[in-house]
Amino acid sequence: MTEMLPRPTARAEPAADEIPADGRRRSHTFPPESIAQIQRMAEEGHYEIRGWGAKRALPSFDDLTFLTASISRYPLEGYREKCETRTVLGSRFASKPIELDIPITIAGMSFGSLSAAAKTALGTAATAVGTSTTTGDGGMSTEERAASQLLVYQCLPSRYGFNLADLRKADAIEIVVGQGAKPGGGGMLLGQKVSDRVAGMRTLPPGVDQRSASRHPDWVGPDDLRIKIEELREATSWEKPVYVKLGATRVTNDVKLAVAAGADVVVVDGMQGGTGATQDVFLENAGIPTLPAVRQAAAALREIEMEDQVQLVVSGGIRSGSDVAKALALGADAVSLGVAPLVALGCNSRTYQRDGISHDATEDYRALGTEPGHCHKMHTGQCPVGIATQDPELEARLDAAAGARRVINYLKSVTMELTTLARACGKSDVHNLEPEDLVALTVEAAAMAGVPLAGTNWIPGEQR
Amino acid sequence: MVQVTEADTVLNCAELSTREVNAALAELPDGTHARITEPWGRHNLAVGLSNSCTIEIAGNAGYFIGGLGAGPAITVHGFVGWSVGENLMSGSITVHGNASECAGASAHGGRLVIHGDASARAGISLKGGTVLVGGDVGHMSGFMAQAGVLLVGGDAGDALGDSLYETVIYVAGRIASLGADARIEELTADDVLTVKRLVDKAGFDHIDPENVKRVASAKQLYNFDALKDQKY
Repeated sequence: MTEMLPRPTARAEPAADEIPADGRRRSHTFPPESIAQIQRMAEEGHYEIRGWGAKRALPSFDDLTFLTASISRYPLEGYREKCETRTVLGSRFASKPIELDIPITIAGMSFGSLSAAAKTALGTAATAVGTSTTTGDGGMSTEERAASQLLVYQCLPSRYGFNLADLRKADAIEIVVGQGAKPGGGGMLLGQKVSDRVAGMRTLPPGVDQRSASRHPDWVGPDDLRIKIEELREATSWEKPVYVKLGATRVTNDVKLAVAAGADVVVVDGMQGGTGATQDVFLENAGIPTLPAVRQAAAALREIEMEDQVQLVVSGGIRSGSDVAKALALGADAVSLGVAPLVALGCNSRTYQRDGISHDATEDYRALGTEPGHCHKMHTGQCPVGIATQDPELEARLDAAAGARRVINYLKSVTMELTTLARACGKSDVHNLEPEDLVALTVEAAAMAGVPLAGTNWIPGEQR
Repeated sequence: MVQVTEADTVLNCAELSTREVNAALAELPDGTHARITEPWGRHNLAVGLSNSCTIEIAGNAGYFIGGLGAGPAITVHGFVGWSVGENLMSGSITVHGNASECAGASAHGGRLVIHGDASARAGISLKGGTVLVGGDVGHMSGFMAQAGVLLVGGDAGDALGDSLYETVIYVAGRIASLGADARIEELTADDVLTVKRLVDKAGFDHIDPENVKRVASAKQLYNFDALKDQKY
């Protein structure tokens, strides 16, 4: 006999204006958010554009845990013993590889999408902790170059503001093939953020909604890419490392093709990667999560015996030292952070500082239809804390020096978390973390990361 | 037939690597003249140069010839591969032959003259440069072109000027079809003067400036609301 499930506790009669309990039964296929989305589409007649990244639950580094040392492994002292974080990127062909003090870099975000103050703060912070920052879709701003000791110059399909003089000023070049937030899709900067200065840098009229192309204008396939990379190297005397950035989709093949094309560094950006603006349908339904992407990319490099020559940088939803440690253990040489440093800068903060006084921005968030801690309205240009805006009044809400201090603190904290975990695993260099240090907490994560399910020797899909 | 002039420097691709050729070109003093011989389709010749020299390439060359250039005047006596003059900033490139795809892609300035035909996507993503093609251009030419001028002395393929911004395209021959948001506009007196100046500079003698079509953006896709009808 099947035991009956307990009935819900009897409740008081609902008030007249309250929906009866049975009427609140949630539809799995049409939950309230789906109904709201359909209603919005019926009202507006177009897809939703927003910033941030995927908001759905995805398998992630949270689904892994470290097997730190005990008897079978020898830990290092957690605070004092040296744990190396120095990282070299671009040692394959470039005569001047990038040398970083930490394996944590700042990802490409455009001036245009971000304010000049935000770009300056990120560059200042990256310089202070000995790492690199990256331009974005819109060219190299003078403030960013001045603030950044190590600056990676992106070569994007749009080629907005791309020029020989800035190419020579760069410390490395990143050819952006795709982005984790929107692999296969072009960029977008809505007209309200296209100020006179932004428009001038991009050679477009102020106020237009800028569509960045989804494919490069001058090459189309891997054989062309090889020649394109050679062109950029020739134009810079083979000094600067050339990165190739991929949105994580067919990672194995794409990584191999990027290496065959001559990349010094491959950057793989997972599905949790952020953006200033794109279609919601892209953010939630394209690409694969960062967790399987890093494992596939590392395996691809091993398969072609290039893991010691080509460095792997992984990005997409990385927030903490544990995320960094897990990415490195799965085979990354470094990680790249975008949304997290923006949060450190003040993104989604309830307050902002101006003239030494703290102001509450809650009402400004609400005017955008959101709340502090939930905001993904970068695309509007009405950022309540002065980060994702070109409005001078709003931009003044971000003090670049104060913001840089917060980002420095954040990056230092992440590095401390990283080295703490590495030491506990007995590693004197964070790059010595390895898959064997990890187990998975879910079957899905075990399969995606290629590490055993915790408490077992089982890696789903692997022959024993 | 290859016609070359006296050169201060001769660089033979049969004897030199691309790196050696480009490094030698980068060292040329302003005002000097170099000749590259036996290119045999070599890619990436004369890329990333910012000196005001003149360079002749005596034969067919490969991809990205003169790419990223900011100063030199380059003449190719032969055909060129993909993306000749891509991201050109200033200076000029003249091709006495045909060009393959993406000629002048993303050129921000300078002048690219092709005396023969160009293939697909000529003038794609143009950002202020001037691309003058004596012959035909292939499909998707002028795609997402933002500023500058594309002049076509022959016919244009399908989807000309798709998603144009501010670039103006002049076509002397037939247009197979226009791309999204491109339209033919009335030719003004200013346009005629512009075309006359351009054909004079290019040395084209087969184009009647008063008998070209002006193609420009209808600007219906400049803002997102236009997507309601899924025109993209």
